[in-house]
Amino acid sequence: MRVSEQWLREWVNPSLSTGELAEALTMAGLEVDAIEPAAPALDGVVVGRIAECHPHPEADRLQICTVEAGGEHVQVVCGAPNARPGLLAPLARVGTELPELTVRETQVRGQLSSGMLCAASELGLSEESDGLLELPAELEPGTPLEKALSLPDTVLEIDLTPNRADCLGMVGIARDVAARTDAPTAPFAPQPVAAQSDDTVAVHLNAPQDCPRYAGRVIRGVDPTAPTPLWMRERLRRAGLRSVSALVDITNYVLLESGQPLHAFDLNRLAPPINVRRARSGESLTLLGGDTVELDDGVLVIADETGPVAFAGVMGGQSTAVDDHTTDVFLEAAHFAPSIIAGRARRYGLHTDASHRFERGVDFETPEPAAERATELILAICGGIAGRTTVTEEPSALPARDPIELRHERLEGLLGWSIDSHRVFSMLEHLGTEPEATTSGWQVTPPSWRFDLEREVDLIEEIARLYGYDQVPERPLEAPLHVADAPEQTLEDYELRRILVERGYHEAIHYAFVDPSLQERLQPQRTRLPLANPLSAELAEMRTSLWPGLLQSVHRNQARQHERVRLFECGRTFQGTLSELAQTPTLAGVCAGARYAEQWDAPRRSVDFFDVKADVEALLALTGAADTFTFEAAEHPALHPGQSACIRRNGEPVGWLGALHPQHAKALELHGNPVLFEIELSALLEARLPHFQAISRYPSIRRDLAVLVDESVAAGDLLSQARDAAGAQAVDGRIFDVYRGKGVPDGQKSVAMGLILQDYSRTLTDRDVDGVIDSVVKRLEQRFGASLRGE
Amino acid sequence: MGADYQDELDALTREAEAAVDGAEDLSALDQVRVAYLGKKGKLTALLKGLGKLPAEQRPEAGAAINAAKERVSERLEARREVLQAAELEQRLAQERIDVTLPGRGTERGGFHPVTRTLARIAAIFGGAGFHSADGPEVEDDRHNFEALNIPAHHPARAMHDTFYFDATRLLRTHTSPVQIRVMERDGVPIRVIAPGRVYRCDSDLTHTPMFHQVEGLLVDRQVSLADLKGVLHEFLNAFFERPVAVRFRPSYFPFTEPSAEVDVECVICGGDGCRVCKHSGWLEVLGCGMVHPAVFEHAGIDPDQWTGYAFGMGVERLAMLRYGVDDLRLFFDNDLRFLSQFR
Repeated sequence: MRVSEQWLREWVNPSLSTGELAEALTMAGLEVDAIEPAAPALDGVVVGRIAECHPHPEADRLQICTVEAGGEHVQVVCGAPNARPGLLAPLARVGTELPELTVRETQVRGQLSSGMLCAASELGLSEESDGLLELPAELEPGTPLEKALSLPDTVLEIDLTPNRADCLGMVGIARDVAARTDAPTAPFAPQPVAAQSDDTVAVHLNAPQDCPRYAGRVIRGVDPTAPTPLWMRERLRRAGLRSVSALVDITNYVLLESGQPLHAFDLNRLAPPINVRRARSGESLTLLGGDTVELDDGVLVIADETGPVAFAGVMGGQSTAVDDHTTDVFLEAAHFAPSIIAGRARRYGLHTDASHRFERGVDFETPEPAAERATELILAICGGIAGRTTVTEEPSALPARDPIELRHERLEGLLGWSIDSHRVFSMLEHLGTEPEATTSGWQVTPPSWRFDLEREVDLIEEIARLYGYDQVPERPLEAPLHVADAPEQTLEDYELRRILVERGYHEAIHYAFVDPSLQERLQPQRTRLPLANPLSAELAEMRTSLWPGLLQSVHRNQARQHERVRLFECGRTFQGTLSELAQTPTLAGVCAGARYAEQWDAPRRSVDFFDVKADVEALLALTGAADTFTFEAAEHPALHPGQSACIRRNGEPVGWLGALHPQHAKALELHGNPVLFEIELSALLEARLPHFQAISRYPSIRRDLAVLVDESVAAGDLLSQARDAAGAQAVDGRIFDVYRGKGVPDGQKSVAMGLILQDYSRTLTDRDVDGVIDSVVKRLEQRFGASLRGE
Repeated sequence: MGADYQDELDALTREAEAAVDGAEDLSALDQVRVAYLGKKGKLTALLKGLGKLPAEQRPEAGAAINAAKERVSERLEARREVLQAAELEQRLAQERIDVTLPGRGTERGGFHPVTRTLARIAAIFGGAGFHSADGPEVEDDRHNFEALNIPAHHPARAMHDTFYFDATRLLRTHTSPVQIRVMERDGVPIRVIAPGRVYRCDSDLTHTPMFHQVEGLLVDRQVSLADLKGVLHEFLNAFFERPVAVRFRPSYFPFTEPSAEVDVECVICGGDGCRVCKHSGWLEVLGCGMVHPAVFEHAGIDPDQWTGYAFGMGVERLAMLRYGVDDLRLFFDNDLRFLSQFR
């Protein structure tokens, strides 16, 4: 809400500077977002009266105007279409600095121009304008324009929270300022305008719960083309509203002043009586602006004999709108319940100043005074003869204002400091409530303009707000200390992230919604969850994997000359339908480009599967149970079919590791052989508690053996079978060479492994070891058709 | 012992000493040792020849030979030390490297600044006994809105540009639904923070459709606004690692009452006014308030027995202030030139 300080000070004028006033508003919960001058400085601009106009001899569109300003006459060449003798318009004298230019004496096609006649936009008073700003004829030429426009003024941009609908009018803000500063303010109580005729329009409230009160008034014989006075145009402008016509401007002005939305119907297009009722299915209404909406019984309408003529509390209809030919007006100021307005404007995409207020709650005592105020202004500006104000109402349906119990003890308990009873009572009165003291506190009846005061805590907040949050002490945290848990078998994801960071990865964070086509490419088999209202087609569905985001970041970084990229992300992936949705915390990473950052003494080669596998193994090792994980050759649509592994923990699949499929790399324009991994976080967080095993006092013996097996035999399987066959004495085992080539038949490979044997009770003899190795060889023969190399 | 014998011994000793002095390296020196002092060495041979002397001369001759051996031996050791020192010197000279060349191996990566900030927030509150709690990102309307006292059509919903999946399922717009989940799951008393990703259907210079919040919730007996002010001011002092001026402004959230927004003195200009604080000297960093009784009622907690406070903070906002980042969008662009600044 944009508030003219000048206007506000007409209602309440505390002895505070602009900055202090803004601070007071902010600290009362009416946050001042910005403080702006209501207009740019206009020194040097005066009211000018065009005395004469002559066509420019050299240019069709220009006129040579003689402008009178404060007893002197200056010649100005002007191109505005509305420049005409007798017109009063702003004259910027030579030397004036306007927002976008400095006015200088110039020759315009051979004619002297000693100043500039200005449009509103040239003065920074509007975004656009057609022609000169026309000033009221009664102004004295030569008057500084700032004086004519009641400038300077300041606009306070107030960011109102949804509970404070009572401050959506000047009167309400003034009331709050008064309550906070003790400065006096007046209630909104315009002098009633005496009826000059008995003209009325009958109004029937057919849905009193939705509209319990409706004030109406007939005014006949208005001049629809009467200009809106400059002062009103200025106030509307400072509030951010455009001037439309006097009748519309007046209803808007009263809205800004009182917070009460009003509507003016063209009486001659209306077929009374008025019915305020729910719309019927099948009815439609063409609104101001020309859009037609289909209605149903979920919305309230103002109807006449012909059907709906206005969308109650939201927008008027086109057929009964006032225009340049309107002579007779029916003015409406009604109370519409928040429940019948809330959500309707949004449903129809019609957010208006009226709906904004009604859905939050408008003072139900304001319709009549607002109608009086509007009548007063219409008569003053447009003339006419006013009928009698009629108020049609169903008092039992007016918003309830039941007394609320406020307990002193609760007030002090919730705020954490003590506050004097008299002070509370006085603040409650300042808020417009009617407090009555009780033994435990007060019975408080909220005022008609507060729809947000319903229960005790609402009042407690009000007291705190007026008292000032800054007055509340700060109490240090105090509570019994408990010994903290230190779980050793559950890891923190931060520890896993740290491992990757130490191993050269940067942590990335991507949006959780991704491009469906990328997911279709990488993981066509997964059930994906689309958003109903995505921001864009590229962010249309929830990610089933962290890979799409990581690969896109690889691409972006490579496009920025970072060929070597190592990124990881820790976040949720989403798989399945809404009814069976898995939101799985996941850890994933990607490496592309050189294995090592460029270095003077390191080999230059591209990262490969085993480099990244080592990173994954480092993560697994943190669990202390690396032996529960296995890597199994398996195919994944995103990965190179010969370089991908399914990661299992205790046999259950928990993730993937592999090189990006070269076709995807090509299509996504990625270089450097990206290698990816992704693991369900839960599989990595479960750690094993170390359990001590006695250290053997006897020496260990290493035996190496090389076996020939088919290419298809997995080295991991060979080793685990070898260890298994070797039994408890095999304390360690490793593969130290895999060889293909001379001496090894085609389709086979030689795998060399070393077994470390040790016993806890004695030194092993050669004979012992031979026996073990024999059984290993036998097992490998049986399982894999392996033969000892060299035999 | 005859003079001849003594002369011969002296000559041999001088010869040996000359050989020691003439040895140019350790292996030559060792040859000298063998030649004179070894089992078949010349001086050793003299000792072996003692038997040929008359018995009365033997002790004196033996002593003389041993003295000579001793002398040679000492000289040899001295020479060995010199040669060893020289050899070491030479080796060290050969092994000299350029220590300004960089080390070998993998460089460290880095945490995302959001993670770094989250970790600090969790550490600060963790020290005050707040545990971390978690909730789903695909939420239902009840937890995200209804149970937080934001019924359908509430104007506050307009403040949340919500991503929907269907009529009742959505991406959480704040971490506040975790409050409800914790109340439902764990009951009272409560002392948790809930860090996480949240989503709003909004994207421009200062808004990204996903960002991070940390929610805090403390429920106990006799918790007051004064307690809330205390804990948040202490938190902000800890976060910025210096005492900062803080101001609590009345505000509105449907799920807290009284509600406040918390401003911290502008950490860029120190409160004098600058572009970042829009010349107000204050920066809004937190929203908070006392848990609304309606929220307790939704969760089956008696608001007359229990009170509590809740707060929520934007993590990117805090990270921007802490590290001087001036463009929110950088957080999700994952540009290595950005990420590598937070190693």
